[in-house]
Amino acid sequence: MAAPFELTDDSVVVIIGTGAGGGVLANELAQKGISVVALEAGGRYLPEDYINDEWESFGQLAWLDARSTSGDWRVADDFSGLPAWIVKAVGGTTTHWAGASLRFQDHEWKAKTNYGDVQGANLLDWPIDPREMDDYYTKAENKLGVTRTGDRTGLPGNNNFKVFEAGAKALGYSEVHTGRMAINSTENDDRMACQQTGFCFQGCKWGAKWSAAYTDIPRGEATGNLEVRDRAHVLKIEHDDSGKVTGVLYADADGNQHLQKARIICVAGNSIESPRLLLNSASSMFPDGLANSSGQVGRNYMRHMTGSVYAVFDKPVKMWRGTTMAGIIQDEARHDPSRGFVGGYELETLALGLPFMAAFLDPGGWGREFTSALDGYENMAGLWIVGEDMPQETNRITLNHDLKDQYGLPAPNVHFDDHPNDVAMRNHAYKQGMAVYEAVGATRVFPTPPYPSTHNLGTNRMSEKARDGVVNKHGQTHDIANLFISDGSQFTTGAAENPTLTIVALAIRQADHIAAQMVNGTL
Amino acid sequence: MPQKKSTLTRRELLLRSVAAGGAFVVGAGYVADSDAAWAMEVEHLQPKTMATLIQMARDIYPHDHLADEFYAAAVKAYDSEDAKDAIEAGIAALNAAATGKGFGSYIDTQWERDRVDILRGMENSPFFQTVRGGLVTGLYNQKAVWPLFGYEGESFSKGGYIDRGFDDINWI
Repeated sequence: MAAPFELTDDSVVVIIGTGAGGGVLANELAQKGISVVALEAGGRYLPEDYINDEWESFGQLAWLDARSTSGDWRVADDFSGLPAWIVKAVGGTTTHWAGASLRFQDHEWKAKTNYGDVQGANLLDWPIDPREMDDYYTKAENKLGVTRTGDRTGLPGNNNFKVFEAGAKALGYSEVHTGRMAINSTENDDRMACQQTGFCFQGCKWGAKWSAAYTDIPRGEATGNLEVRDRAHVLKIEHDDSGKVTGVLYADADGNQHLQKARIICVAGNSIESPRLLLNSASSMFPDGLANSSGQVGRNYMRHMTGSVYAVFDKPVKMWRGTTMAGIIQDEARHDPSRGFVGGYELETLALGLPFMAAFLDPGGWGREFTSALDGYENMAGLWIVGEDMPQETNRITLNHDLKDQYGLPAPNVHFDDHPNDVAMRNHAYKQGMAVYEAVGATRVFPTPPYPSTHNLGTNRMSEKARDGVVNKHGQTHDIANLFISDGSQFTTGAAENPTLTIVALAIRQADHIAAQMVNGTL
Repeated sequence: MPQKKSTLTRRELLLRSVAAGGAFVVGAGYVADSDAAWAMEVEHLQPKTMATLIQMARDIYPHDHLADEFYAAAVKAYDSEDAKDAIEAGIAALNAAATGKGFGSYIDTQWERDRVDILRGMENSPFFQTVRGGLVTGLYNQKAVWPLFGYEGESFSKGGYIDRGFDDINWI
């Protein structure tokens, strides 16, 4: 039974957002007997509600509140009001994610040390030793049921993977497999095995892919210690004269506003909404926004260096069949500056349905160059590039006072310029990705530009020193002891890996820290 | 979707139609394929405007294996009270551009390369971008066109592809 808590109950931990960070943290705290109110802006959808139709599902799940963009990234031209493709629902973007679950490489925790001074980059080491994360990664892998970890077997390879694997081997790549995926290869944790249905991005109708929506959230609720309020959109965090946060103002589904009191507040609204909320909570005591004495709130926005390569062959592939992200090449994930850039990247298969392929293959493209590509849709294979991008202070979330959301609050503007290192890495990855397919007979290849961001990182970054970032090694803000950040906005640097596993591992770790602090009376 | 053969008989259509140019005929309140394989009633736009818009849609996203009716379906929503002024003005500008290049009108411009040249000259206009952007969903999100590209749509209702060829590639 979900525990109902009073608005005036100031003993609860309030968590804002229920995705990989907030959803996991809510359950972990609830399992420890801590009272939690989780406020989720979106509605509650379960596998039976998911829609295997790209645009219809997008309308159901995507975060479509007003946003603006600026900078030299192509997304600002092609999708000016949609900087990110993320989810507004209980479970957040764990509904949409592909399931790739990779640990950071050791050197990536210390980017500043290992990459040196990169001009224009605001690099910093994470204040965490990689060995501190080993056990938390193992816990996260077990929670998510990650294939190829523990005793879990890998998923079988689909058609898109077989083309990718053959091309990779022809090029001499050796670290090629069907990935470490939070998708069951066999029945596991009361969830069934993958049925190779496709539409992983639209919510897994079998529940074979891990999502907080149908694992951590209901398990937390079952303890009686967690109340999830859906369609509860947080507008502002309030604080007292001592500078401690005391509660949050939110709007319910009918637009009525409520004030939920809190002992501790954890912000997990993702790297666009989390800093926006801190900025929108500015007060006379904190005129630049909460937890922003460093001026770093909203800065260092990272989105991973991304892009895609699609290729057409003279015979059918039918890439849409089966797991959307069905395999990985890891050979380029290493740090090897001889390639002309620092950091590395992963190549991961990806498939889009015809409707999204038309929207994303070459946004704005038209005429026969474009349509002849789609004529080859059935014969197409595809991969996605995900690599480490450089944090830059000027890539940031700011408040757009000329654009208001449905509550009259300034919308976020997302500014992003590619760093020269990002461009060099993307060009290398395009070249390698195209070579993979040309090695097995592609007749035409397409270096496809980045989609709206799914990996949004870094805008409340973790730092050892208060002047360099927003939160400490536990995600606790340097400025306000009972205010935490619990999502990917904590990331000091982005690493090459898909971020969800690390967000989950940090949330499990943060729950231990919060519980210990509550027990010893520090919080 | 356009109404196939509409409320008019094929014979009536052909008798009452005049050539609009391109592959279309028009009559009072309708546009039809020149062989009357389908017809679409228009309420707010001039029938010839709709015929031109359908041709423009095909020239933006030309797929020779897609019949005109799919393009007609993709732009049908512009036949509305709200959209008609902007569309009539946009098509008038398109025709003026064609005339400026020595053609009678856009739809009378016989070679695709010449029509594409006309479109290139206005591709940054809000009219062109509205029509092009609308087609991305208007054309490619029609479930009826998916099989014509080989795309199978949802598979959940059939139990996915676990037993239906997720790994059936035989040439790699």
